[in-house]
Amino acid sequence: MTVLEVMPLLTRLTGDEKHAPSAFSTLDVLWVLYDRVLRVDPHRPDDPDRDRFLLSKGHGPAAYYAVLAAKGFLPHDWLDDLAGADSPLGHHPDRLRVPGVEISSGSLGHGLGLGVGTALGLRAQGRLEPRVYVLLGDAELDEGSNHEAIAYAGATGLDTITAVVIDNRSASHGWPGGIASRFAVHGWTAVTVDGRDHDAVEAGLKQAAEGAPHVVVAVVETKGS
Amino acid sequence: MRQAFIDTASALIEQDPRTALVLADISAAAFEQTALKHPDRVLNVGIREQLMIGVAGGLALTGLRPIAHSYATFLIDRAYEQIKLDLAHQGVGAILVSVGASYDGSSAGYTHMSPMDVQLIDTLPGWTVHVPGHPGEVASLLTTATAHDDPVYLRLSTQANDIAYADAGLLRPVRHGTKALVVAVGPMLAPVLEATRGLDVTVAYTHTPRPFDTTGLRELAVSGNIALIEPYLAGTSAHVVSAALADRPHRLLSLGVTRRDLHSYGTPADHARQHGLDPTTLRTSLTTWLP
Repeated sequence: MTVLEVMPLLTRLTGDEKHAPSAFSTLDVLWVLYDRVLRVDPHRPDDPDRDRFLLSKGHGPAAYYAVLAAKGFLPHDWLDDLAGADSPLGHHPDRLRVPGVEISSGSLGHGLGLGVGTALGLRAQGRLEPRVYVLLGDAELDEGSNHEAIAYAGATGLDTITAVVIDNRSASHGWPGGIASRFAVHGWTAVTVDGRDHDAVEAGLKQAAEGAPHVVVAVVETKGS
Repeated sequence: MRQAFIDTASALIEQDPRTALVLADISAAAFEQTALKHPDRVLNVGIREQLMIGVAGGLALTGLRPIAHSYATFLIDRAYEQIKLDLAHQGVGAILVSVGASYDGSSAGYTHMSPMDVQLIDTLPGWTVHVPGHPGEVASLLTTATAHDDPVYLRLSTQANDIAYADAGLLRPVRHGTKALVVAVGPMLAPVLEATRGLDVTVAYTHTPRPFDTTGLRELAVSGNIALIEPYLAGTSAHVVSAALADRPHRLLSLGVTRRDLHSYGTPADHARQHGLDPTTLRTSLTTWLP
């Protein structure tokens, strides 16, 4: 299965809106994560030693749902009633209703703090194998709560967390000096990759090193282009 | 009360590998030795209250029982959306323990006060709220809270009653009379007992306003006159009392901290007077209202 085969699933969710930037910008990164990186099993969604993927940027989760469906976490027919009254799938994901969804998100700036706590909780229980991945958007970084988490994770060398920032240059005031430097100055290892190049995304994710949290800035098309 | 919390929390971290403590600098020095022994479960994130609650949510998602602690205004007011979304909406709980109740920090000014904390927590479902009135009540409330995973708010104060009541999770009558039921929450018991001296009223005490003991309320409120004296925003529990007594005629007097920002310093006693919660003003309010 390739990411191209996810497209019909995505279309079932979004119809004519399938190119909505917030849904589409994450697709390739999500695919690489679930196809090549994350140690997760749809048959054991509560395995305490699974990797955790936290979609902090809860907006436009169609690509997320489509990838989860493609990987067997949820039935494909759920995709036909997005945000319906009885649908478990809404425009922001709810962890209590969707198998495989680790956090309920939508309000921006919550995932990285929850991810730091999750990484600390796993470490405190001696679970050193699972890795915590948090996906954010470049505009989401406007929220100050992210910077509380970035500073703390860097200062404490929390090396079991990886942030992935989808950069479609949608932050109203931009990030002069680049996004990676915002993390690097706090001690994160940082790499910027082409967010449409699956091999580059995979390589970037696998560059995490001992002793420091890691960030992959995945650059995609400018929003609205 | 703060020392009772520090002692109990330190012991719990020592004994229970599920318990974790998240701090935002406040009280960090008091947990220094415990942090050295258990660095993975005593976490000081610095002055970052949003992160403190986010981390507590993440810890809970992995099965730990987090305690988060700071001044009420930073713990609850500042981090309200994290409490709403990183705990409640995720379907996980934590124990939030505050100091600096209402105007305990009067000399520091309004920036260090939170009379609205319990009302903010009351907007969310399923929370237990403990407002101990004596340091001797703190240890059992905190220890009990670590035995489950539900959300608990433990509000500590520098104001204290003369006696600790271990059995005040429900409404506990401490004085009996016929004309009214006066409910005193937490450290309001001492001024209420002084204010009602010689009055023909029942005084009942509780350190747990959520869930409110509505069964006890219905049994004790036989006169139909209920005065509710709370050490936080006036009227916080009025909706619970009204709902519990909706099927019978009743009169309700709700007293507590007013919504005014006094823009003044001084002592907690000064602020109690200005909000009408000192014994003299309480007595005037009650005698004016009593039938």
